Amino acid sequence: MPNILIVEDSPTMRQLIGFAVKRISGSKIIEATDGVDALKKLSSEKIDIILADINMPIMDGLKLVSLVRGNPSYKNIPIIMITTEGAEEDKKKALAIGANAYLTKPIQTQELMKLVNSFIS
Amino acid sequence: MTHRVEGLMEKESSISKMADEFLQMFKKGEEFTKDLIKENERLRFRIAQLEEAIEKAGDEERTRLYEDRIRMLEEELNSLLERSREVEEENKDFASKYVEVETENNNLANLYVASYQLHSTLDFNEVLRIVIEIIINLIGAEKFTVFLMDDKTNELIPVASEGLSLDDMPKVKTGKGIIGKVAKEGESYFLENRAQTPTVHLDVSNPIVCIPLKIKEHVIGVISIYSLFVQKTAFTNIDYELFNLLAGHAATAIFSSRLYTHSERKLTTIQSFLDLLKEKPRR
Repeated sequence: MPNILIVEDSPTMRQLIGFAVKRISGSKIIEATDGVDALKKLSSEKIDIILADINMPIMDGLKLVSLVRGNPSYKNIPIIMITTEGAEEDKKKALAIGANAYLTKPIQTQELMKLVNSFIS
Repeated sequence: MTHRVEGLMEKESSISKMADEFLQMFKKGEEFTKDLIKENERLRFRIAQLEEAIEKAGDEERTRLYEDRIRMLEEELNSLLERSREVEEENKDFASKYVEVETENNNLANLYVASYQLHSTLDFNEVLRIVIEIIINLIGAEKFTVFLMDDKTNELIPVASEGLSLDDMPKVKTGKGIIGKVAKEGESYFLENRAQTPTVHLDVSNPIVCIPLKIKEHVIGVISIYSLFVQKTAFTNIDYELFNLLAGHAATAIFSSRLYTHSERKLTTIQSFLDLLKEKPRR
């Protein structure tokens, strides 16, 4: 039963991503509106995978990735970035600081499901 | 003595006769044996012939059986191959149907989420924020503006913008240019050749997509898209569905939230006025 943390400031996107990944058998969706909120959820719940946006208020997705990777308790949690930033350098930057995969919006639900499944199976 | 000689001679002749008889009999035995051997050889040859014939006849029978069995197996194999081909075809058909259903399912999820979010609030600014979120996240537009119609001046007023400064967006007269024409006629506009899209100098009067926000046939505003994200190379069917959804649902959501906000404001004013009137007699 994987616990999936969705970190996204847009309620529309949170709902849409949640819709897609909750079809993964037995998954539990935990939502966070920014990086700080995500760190709080990480300390209170056992998270199996993080799906995070980059552009968010208070703490963005890149900062969140670097903090997660720097924490021995969370450093092995797979992180998938879901963002509007489609430039190759943005992707390289996110992967360099520790993101496991990078998806651009508008998301292709099947692609997202496949990716999440590959990390949690 | 003569008698003795005669007796001996008689005996000799008798012995000679017996010897002849024995010889005759032996010859007959020899001939019979020869005949028997001959017959034996003939029979052996015949047996060999028959055995060979039987063996030959058995091989043919076996061969015939084997041939029948091979034919049956070949027919069975062909039938199985045919069935396998049919199953493979069915499988391909199911796989493509599965992909179709999955795509349809995802598209419906997108439409449901967009519709759900649009009608989740009566706050005008919140509705505008949701419209912007949908255009960015679900359609993949990078630069766009939402115009609302001012019925008094018959002008389209820019009320929200993404990737562009709202101050740089001019008001548009109904019927003027692409945006004005969309507002007047209520028909969506899609740039035929996306290669014509301006990349360096953006012309705000020349969008790539322009969608009227309509309540029945009444246009209350326009969404004008100028550019898409680099990863968004073309519009898909779901984009057109989303455009249609935005045209109807966003219009209703914007209109009702604006009405609600106005009535809330009026209600607050009236309430304050009533409170003031109630307070007056006490003085």
